[in-house]
Amino acid sequence: MGRGVDVAEKEQVNHVPPPVVIDTTRQPIVVVDDLHIKYKVYGTVREKGTGASALGRILRGRSRPQMTEIHAVRGVSFIAYKGDAIGVIGTNGSGKSTLLKAIAGLLPPASGGVYTDGQPSLLGVGAALMKDLTGERNIILGCLAMGLSPEETKEKYQEIVQFAGLRKGFIKYPMNTYSSGMGARLRFAIASARTHDVLLIDEALATGDAKFRRRSKRKIDQMRKNAGAVFLVAHQLDVVAETCNRVLWLDDGQLVMDGTPEDVIAAYTEAINK
Amino acid sequence: MSHPERPASGPTGSLTAPPASQGKSGESLTAFAARHGLTQSAARPPLGLYLRRLWGRRHFIWMFASSKSKAMYTSSRLGQLWQVLTPILNAGVYFLIFGLLLSTSKGIPDYVPWLVTGVFLFSFTQRSVTSGAKSVGTNLSLIRALHFPRASLPLAYTVVEFQQAMVALAVLFGIVMAFGVMPALSWLMIIPVVALQLLFNLGISLIVARLGAFTRDISQLIPFITRTWLYASGVIFSVASLSTRSDFIRENPWISDVLEANPGYVYVELARQALLPEYVAQTDPQVAATNPGMLWIYAVVWAVVILVGGFYWFYRAEERYGRG
Repeated sequence: MGRGVDVAEKEQVNHVPPPVVIDTTRQPIVVVDDLHIKYKVYGTVREKGTGASALGRILRGRSRPQMTEIHAVRGVSFIAYKGDAIGVIGTNGSGKSTLLKAIAGLLPPASGGVYTDGQPSLLGVGAALMKDLTGERNIILGCLAMGLSPEETKEKYQEIVQFAGLRKGFIKYPMNTYSSGMGARLRFAIASARTHDVLLIDEALATGDAKFRRRSKRKIDQMRKNAGAVFLVAHQLDVVAETCNRVLWLDDGQLVMDGTPEDVIAAYTEAINK
Repeated sequence: MSHPERPASGPTGSLTAPPASQGKSGESLTAFAARHGLTQSAARPPLGLYLRRLWGRRHFIWMFASSKSKAMYTSSRLGQLWQVLTPILNAGVYFLIFGLLLSTSKGIPDYVPWLVTGVFLFSFTQRSVTSGAKSVGTNLSLIRALHFPRASLPLAYTVVEFQQAMVALAVLFGIVMAFGVMPALSWLMIIPVVALQLLFNLGISLIVARLGAFTRDISQLIPFITRTWLYASGVIFSVASLSTRSDFIRENPWISDVLEANPGYVYVELARQALLPEYVAQTDPQVAATNPGMLWIYAVVWAVVILVGGFYWFYRAEERYGRG
């Protein structure tokens, strides 16, 4: 990239990526080809942030040192086929969420490419909601943000309220009065009101009580049947094992393993317990 | 098991595949994807489709905007009343300083209504620029979570300012009447003026949104730019009086032409001519404003050129907004 951008220098482990096998008998829905994702982070000051040092940097022609570039995904390739439910596992910061955002087309690739059939969508409506406003208003706002029409929003409204299962009257309160579990439930309820071609779920099942987890798992199964493929990022390996037919293991932005849940989870568990 | 730490050493033992066959056997992945009709998901849609999608998001844009204005005052006790109180207090400050303390009219009849009209109209553009510049940067998480034409954001922020401007305009009518200017048929002309100004503001907000998205420092500069623009647009001192009093402008008469063609001045001046008919009648024709016909042409040209140009310019970077 341009000068003045520091590349985050950390020790990087290099993995040998598993081979990509093309299965000609199945219909591909997502093809990820040698994908690299880089993004910039502002405000990570590595030198002292005084005026004098800023002036020094300008004189040396380094315009914005507080900008760090993160190379979050480094050369990932795989093919997802119709009907796949793919779990993505890895330690914190291994690039799982970034990969999902790239598949959704929300983070442009630095090189390589993501090819999809239909529009993959991230189950991530939370970003559109405003916590100062009532649950009621946020349902409408969230539905419109996902691209539903006002009529569809009206249709889905009751369903969302019921699925979220908020305590009576809470729908008229601002969302910042909700407990974190209630907020998560409402967000998931809104997000799942739409049908998706390729569904990307990032940690949606981590919050909420046992009852809600059961209900949301049923909902995901149902959505999986309608969707062409489902990607699930989760730290709970049991959730991955019971929901997915295939698991990708990412480490440090690279693909370590791609295989059945049993094989990958076993190898992963062994590696992290070393 | 919920948040495992990074493994100490890379597990390579489980991999048996020879590195030579890394997916390069047979056809390339790109060709394979193309053969099955898969398309790049981060690609920018063609302009026509983009416009249709944007139109499809009009309800979202409006809802997002009105939610934003609603959320703006939720933490204050008087809540939405501030939408009305803020412009009234603003006008009060100008009345106190220019009407009472300085008691100056600078040769302009109805100076206080003239000033307040200028300030209210100009601040619509000023605030659109300020919020437009931040519209992409402050919504990165939204951009990275959902698909929608990114132009929705600067447009929504301008709609927020438009909603506020509507309230301010109602306040303005009250203030103008309080100073003894009676409503006249010419007041209706404020509608096309504000409509054209809205189009111009949408355009300029798209322009600064792209600038601000890739160069954050723009929002630090904008207050200085808009303040200079305010003084150069005859909001507080009329352009005519600047032109006659400044030696510098007298020596370089083209500056005065530029000032009178600048969009800030054009919309403010047209609004004044609509609301304050006395001002038009009594202003000395020697220093009188640009003739209204010319002002209308400027108003339309600015609105169209900036909106179309700004939209196209913003659109050209559509797929890059997520990277911040």
